[in-house]
Amino acid sequence: MDRKDWPLFEIFIRPKNGLSHKHVGSLHAADARMALDNARDVYTRRGEGVSIWAVPASSIAASDPSEKASLFDPADDKVYRHPTFYDIPADVKNI
Amino acid sequence: MYTQGLDAKTEQSAQPSPRLVTEQDAALQGRFQERVDAEEKIEPRDWMPEGYRRTLVRQISQHAHSEIVGMLPEGNWVTRAPTLRRKVALLAKVQDEGGHGLYLYSAAETLGVSRDELVGQLLSGKAKYSSIFNYPTPTWADIGAIGWLVDGAAIMNQVPLCRCSYGPYARAMVRICREESFHQRQGYELMLALAQGTADQKRMAQDALNRWWWPSLMMFGPSDDQSAHSAQNMAWKIKRFSNDELRQRFVDATVPQAEFLGLTIPDPELRFNAETGRYEFGAIDWTEFNEILKGNGPCNRERIEARRKAWDDGAWVREAAVAHAAKRKQRALKKAG
Repeated sequence: MDRKDWPLFEIFIRPKNGLSHKHVGSLHAADARMALDNARDVYTRRGEGVSIWAVPASSIAASDPSEKASLFDPADDKVYRHPTFYDIPADVKNI
Repeated sequence: MYTQGLDAKTEQSAQPSPRLVTEQDAALQGRFQERVDAEEKIEPRDWMPEGYRRTLVRQISQHAHSEIVGMLPEGNWVTRAPTLRRKVALLAKVQDEGGHGLYLYSAAETLGVSRDELVGQLLSGKAKYSSIFNYPTPTWADIGAIGWLVDGAAIMNQVPLCRCSYGPYARAMVRICREESFHQRQGYELMLALAQGTADQKRMAQDALNRWWWPSLMMFGPSDDQSAHSAQNMAWKIKRFSNDELRQRFVDATVPQAEFLGLTIPDPELRFNAETGRYEFGAIDWTEFNEILKGNGPCNRERIEARRKAWDDGAWVREAAVAHAAKRKQRALKKAG
């Protein structure tokens, strides 16, 4: 048997409470529990985290970089979504 | 621990000729180069030239193999470290090297190559790893010399890689560089203890420096005029400085450190050039380097055999882990059903 039976897990670490989990890399493990154990040894040797997520890489749906323009460009011309679009006299405070 | 320019010009190269098949390809290549020139990072699913991908797979996997094989010369001394303090430091360092190998394999896998394929290339002897790990570690002072010189050279080479154009590689290098500085400091501290110790200890430190100095300079790879892919890798911003420039920086940083230890660099031609502010040093014996790359170094066979044995001896663990995972899944299903 070789290791092809060990699926790839993407590892996310929460550096401390109050911050979101952040992607740090990936590893292979026989199952999710082993992925968590290995992630602890590989990615948190110096107090880098307080919580780990291990997500099977096959479960992640990702947007296609070639569709970047059609997905994200439409937001560029919607300046009215930003507060600076609206004119308020300087005398009006706290708005 | 380390990546190295291992590709001499004579070697059959994996780099394709820049033959553009279609106009669309040319446009993609152009846009890619513009992004790289603008210091934009390239991420795994972005379009990239095939040569860029292959170069990265080769470099990142060689780097990963170097970390893994690099555990062996130092692991040799874990059980014989002279104090508990030195032992925990060495254990932590060797564990770090294993971790660095894993970060790097993980980065290589984002380029569409499998972990088993990469490990297979190392075990079959097809893949290369840094020449430095084919030297033996006969004395305890070698552990100090490796930390000080080998990790020192590695840092010099790896810090610019934190700005590499390929995102996953650059991110792995940031983590690695952060961890590497402890490695170099523990090595220098160890050398300092020996250099300030008894006459025998000082002799041992000098002997280690004598054996590791030239191999450390070779870690930067062939001279610029002999280096196969320098120009292209610079244009792709995989590489930021030439081999010779990095080697020179290492010499400039390290010679004063040797002086502080009261040790002598084994190079009669070494001298400080007051005009340039840099050290001039003697010619490197590339025959030795080339022999090691061909597999004829003092420990090439031993290192690969050790890796093969570890892989074979670990087979039952890999099987048991899969069986255990299957059993756990069954149990969970039964409980749910």
